[in-house]
Amino acid sequence: MNAQAPALRDPRLNRPEPFTPPLGDGGFFQRDRSIHPPAHAPGYKSSVLRSPRQSLLSLENSISEITGPVFGHNDLGPLDNDLIRNYAKDGDPVGERIIVHGRVLDETGRGVPNTLVEFWQANAGGRYRHKKDTYLAPIDPNFGGCGRALTDDTGYYYFRTVKPGPYPWRNYVNSWRPAHIHFSVFGSGFAQRLITQMYFEGDPLIPVCPILTTIPDKDALDRLVAPLDLNASTPFDSLAYRFDIVLRGQRSTYFENRTAGN
Amino acid sequence: MPQPLNYLKETASQTAGPYVHIGLIPAMAGFDIFEKNFSNVLVTPNTKGERITLEGKVLDGTGTPLRDVLLEIWQANANGRYNHPADRSAGALEEEFRGWGRAGSDFDSSLVTFETIKPGAITDKTGRKCAPHINVWIVARGINIGLNTRLYFSDEEAANAADPVLNLIEQPARRATLIAKRTERAGKIVYSFTINLQGPEETVFFDV
Repeated sequence: MNAQAPALRDPRLNRPEPFTPPLGDGGFFQRDRSIHPPAHAPGYKSSVLRSPRQSLLSLENSISEITGPVFGHNDLGPLDNDLIRNYAKDGDPVGERIIVHGRVLDETGRGVPNTLVEFWQANAGGRYRHKKDTYLAPIDPNFGGCGRALTDDTGYYYFRTVKPGPYPWRNYVNSWRPAHIHFSVFGSGFAQRLITQMYFEGDPLIPVCPILTTIPDKDALDRLVAPLDLNASTPFDSLAYRFDIVLRGQRSTYFENRTAGN
Repeated sequence: MPQPLNYLKETASQTAGPYVHIGLIPAMAGFDIFEKNFSNVLVTPNTKGERITLEGKVLDGTGTPLRDVLLEIWQANANGRYNHPADRSAGALEEEFRGWGRAGSDFDSSLVTFETIKPGAITDKTGRKCAPHINVWIVARGINIGLNTRLYFSDEEAANAADPVLNLIEQPARRATLIAKRTERAGKIVYSFTINLQGPEETVFFDV
C-alpha cells in the first residue's frame, strides 16, 4: 500500500459532515452598473446637478454592508397590502382593480424571505396624494396610494390596488410618465437596498420616457415592465400583473478570512 | 461553448422621484394611513449609549440644498454590534435597537435629522478595527441609483486615522467630507454634516 496516497486526496472529502455551502455571511455580488441608469443622464434633467462627478470608491463588503435592518409582521398593519381598502373612507377607489404579485429573488435565484417591500403610486387619474403635487386631475377621496408587504418564506409578495394613470411632469414641455408603481426593497443586507419602478405591459409611453430610458440596457428596461398575468387574475373582480424583483446575489462563506468566494 | 452561467440579473434602479414620501414617510406627504410608521428616531428610553442628534443638508452641484431628499441610516449599537443574524461579533445585542431609520429633508429648512446613539467601533471580518461610523443611503428626484456614503465622528480622530475605509480614499482632503462635526447645543450632542452631491467639496460615495 502506498503510504502517500491519502495525502493526495481532497482534504474536503475527509470532513465529518458533507460539504454543503452555507447560505452564509459573505459579501454581495458586485453590482453590474452597466444595467443601471448612470448618475448623470442629461435627458432626465434633474439628474444633471444631482449626480456625483467623482468616481465611486469601491468597497469590499464588510459587516456594515452585509447586514441590514430586519422587519417583522408586527411592523405592519392588516390592510397594509390592500390599497383598495387601506384609505377607503366611504367606498372603493375609482379605477382598474388589479393585483400585483411576484417574488423577490437574488441573482442566484433564491427567494429572499421575510423582506420588506414598500410601494407607492398615483391614483387612476395620475394624481398623487402629496402636498407638492398640483396636477389638475382630482384626488380620489378613497385612495391613499401606498402600501407594504413582507415576503413569505419563498420570497413571494402580493398586493391589491388600482392601476395608476400617466401624468405630466416638468422635464420637456410635453413629458408624461408612463403608468408606474414605485417599489422600495430591502433584502437581507444594506448593500441590497433598491428603489425602482414597475411599468405595465403595452404602455406606449414607455419608449419615450426620459426617466425609464436612462437605463442603457434594453433587457434591463424590459425587466421593469410587468406582464399581464391572467392566471393570477380574479374573474369578475381584478386583473393581475406579475413583477419579480431581483436583488444582488450573496456569496457563501466557505472559509473564514478568505475572500475567494465561490 | 461552456455551460452558460445562469445567474439572474439585478433589477435596474430608478429614481425615487419627488413624491417618495407617499410610500416611505406618508405623514410628510400630508396624510395618515399606517398604524405604525418608520421614523428618524432610532432610540427608545432603554437604548444604551450616548444620545446624539445627526443634523445635515444635502446640496446639489450649485450648492442649493435638496428639499425632497430621503436618507436612511444603518448602524451598530453602542457595543459595535449590528442587529442582524450575520453579525456574530462579541458585543452584546440589544433587541430593542433596530439600528435603522429614515428621514426626509424638511420642505422649508431642508434639514435632515436623526435621533440616535453613537455607535461603537466595529471589528471587520479580517480583524481590523473600524472607526465608529453610520452607513447612509440617499435617494431623491434626480438621483437614478441610491448613493452610499458614511458618517464618521469628529471627536474620534485616532480611530478615524486608522480606519481601513477612510484610508482607502486616496486624497486625504476628501476624507474630511465624511466627518460629522460635534457640537453641543442646549445640552444635546449634535453632529452636523453636509453632503455635497457634486462639485469641489463633493462627498465621497461608495460602490458597496
